Amino acid sequence: MSPEVALPILIPLTAGALSMAFWRSRMMQRLIGVAGTAALLAVSIWLFASVQDQGHVIMNAGGWAAPFGITLVADLLSAIMVVLTGIIGFAVAVYSLPTIGRGHETFGYYPLLHLLLAGVAGAFLTGDIFNLYVWFEVMLLASFALLILGGERAQMEGAIKYVTLNLLSSVIFLSAIGLLYGMLGTLNMADIARRVALVEDNTLIDIVAVMFMISFGIKAAAFPLFFWLPAAYHTPPVAVSALFAGLLTKVGVYALFRVFTLIFNQSVDFTHEILLWGAALTMLTGVLGAAAQFEFRRILSFHIVSQIGYMLMGLALFTPLALVGGVFYILHHIIVKTNLFLISGVVHRLKGTHDLKRLGGVYKAWPLLGVLFLIPALSLAGVPPLSGFFAKFVLIRASIEAGEITITVIALLVGLLTLYSMTKIWAEVFWKKAPDDDGAAIKVSPLSQRHLWLMIAPILGLAACTVFIGLNGQLLYDVAEAAAAQLLDPQGYIDAVLGEQP
Amino acid sequence: MEPIMAVVIGVIYAAAIYMMLRRSIVKLVIGLILISNAANLLIFTVAGMTRDAPPLIPMNGDPLGDVIADPLPQALVLTAIVIAFGVLSFAVVLIRRAYQIVRVDDMDQMKDTDT
Repeated sequence: MSPEVALPILIPLTAGALSMAFWRSRMMQRLIGVAGTAALLAVSIWLFASVQDQGHVIMNAGGWAAPFGITLVADLLSAIMVVLTGIIGFAVAVYSLPTIGRGHETFGYYPLLHLLLAGVAGAFLTGDIFNLYVWFEVMLLASFALLILGGERAQMEGAIKYVTLNLLSSVIFLSAIGLLYGMLGTLNMADIARRVALVEDNTLIDIVAVMFMISFGIKAAAFPLFFWLPAAYHTPPVAVSALFAGLLTKVGVYALFRVFTLIFNQSVDFTHEILLWGAALTMLTGVLGAAAQFEFRRILSFHIVSQIGYMLMGLALFTPLALVGGVFYILHHIIVKTNLFLISGVVHRLKGTHDLKRLGGVYKAWPLLGVLFLIPALSLAGVPPLSGFFAKFVLIRASIEAGEITITVIALLVGLLTLYSMTKIWAEVFWKKAPDDDGAAIKVSPLSQRHLWLMIAPILGLAACTVFIGLNGQLLYDVAEAAAAQLLDPQGYIDAVLGEQP
Repeated sequence: MEPIMAVVIGVIYAAAIYMMLRRSIVKLVIGLILISNAANLLIFTVAGMTRDAPPLIPMNGDPLGDVIADPLPQALVLTAIVIAFGVLSFAVVLIRRAYQIVRVDDMDQMKDTDT
């Protein structure tokens, strides 16, 4: 019995229920928001420690033996993702205190936040494919509601696209689960993996694999299925944007990593080739889209798309080194991207707009904020010694070793264009003189020092994480390497879940 | 039975996708409702349709004796129906709110957030 596998799901669910119980008390909800996410972070670190200790930590819900009941499985990749969920959840909960308005809080912002975290953690930890679908839906429903809290016109328009495409992707996922169950008669992922290996004719399996790829591709915002993301992510409050940017697409990426290493590894030439092209085009379109934008959060949204391409590239190359790079990239990206969104929120709070053309002079007025922006921005572009450099270095080295020159060139080019976008934000927002008509046009309510520091605190913490990853690359590389080794050894996963087979 | 079901499911999928490609947001939601039902029928059919054999074992009966229907897909469909119900009721409320705010029933008019 290992309770630490279930606790990352149970704690946010309980916290969500508790904050529902204190529906009228904003103070209590805020308290539970911070305490609940802090507890989630603590438990996730416990889980990570015991996964490092034991390899796979498994819990059969209700005591039903593996292929029959629902199994919760944590391997190293799941544990890393859950720790990141804890970090991001905590940072966003602290950031929400000064930024989320009364209207949002009274309409259930905190319960939804907890529910979203429960869905994300559940998706990372489940070992059952139908259960994965259920956690996806929990997460989606919470994200729908968070996205439209506030009810502005842009939010509604963004939400319709977001809801439609995500529901479509869920239906494709559900159909694929149905077909897979019809062929194999099981839902446990380890059992599915074992039985797929016994199937002689792979044609139907390949078709189902592509259905999974499309479904998770929509959720991960991969080319050509990413259009809902830049249409929706800049509309809600910044704390919500940051949470979505850090976690939601990464759940899709995680599902792709899980399914295409454990289950669909029977015709790598076919499936992973498609993934490779998808990855290349995702990187390119994302970064080019960002280059055309002049709105802070839209630029960042397009960069999410382009970074997803790097992660998929790690999966698609399917060599040990490439998977290490992919895992490392996810690790680094979640922290950096959330941080950039949080900074865009501080800038918006100080200057009253997201439009680059109307911003300016932030570095002169708040030099600390400028430095804090540079850390994640340069890390995103892959400048040493920050975390992004090692992630990109490992991936590009892996692609050269695999002999895929095209993708190497594209990855390097995209890195350069990312630097261009980040320089653009730096020059427009922080460096240039503030436009003269600014003060008259935009009215900003005064911000107390205490609130400002509450907003800066999570940014400082995440920036410290980025620098830590950069300076201790080897430590994190070892973790990513162990996670990739587990991914490349499906038999280990199967044995751990089902017990040693004769 | 299975061939008929296959055709029916195919037709529902096709109709749903046609509806989703229309510009009206009301038709979009109708398409979503149809497609989630099509997926449920698909699970139900693909897992094998067994007539007159409910998955109930009589007292002192042989659990492995007769051919019985597989209860798992029914549980899956039940779960999927409940989830779809929740999500679709959200979608219906969303289009109502969106209509109240934007005042058009046309996806082509809703491109403020596009780029």
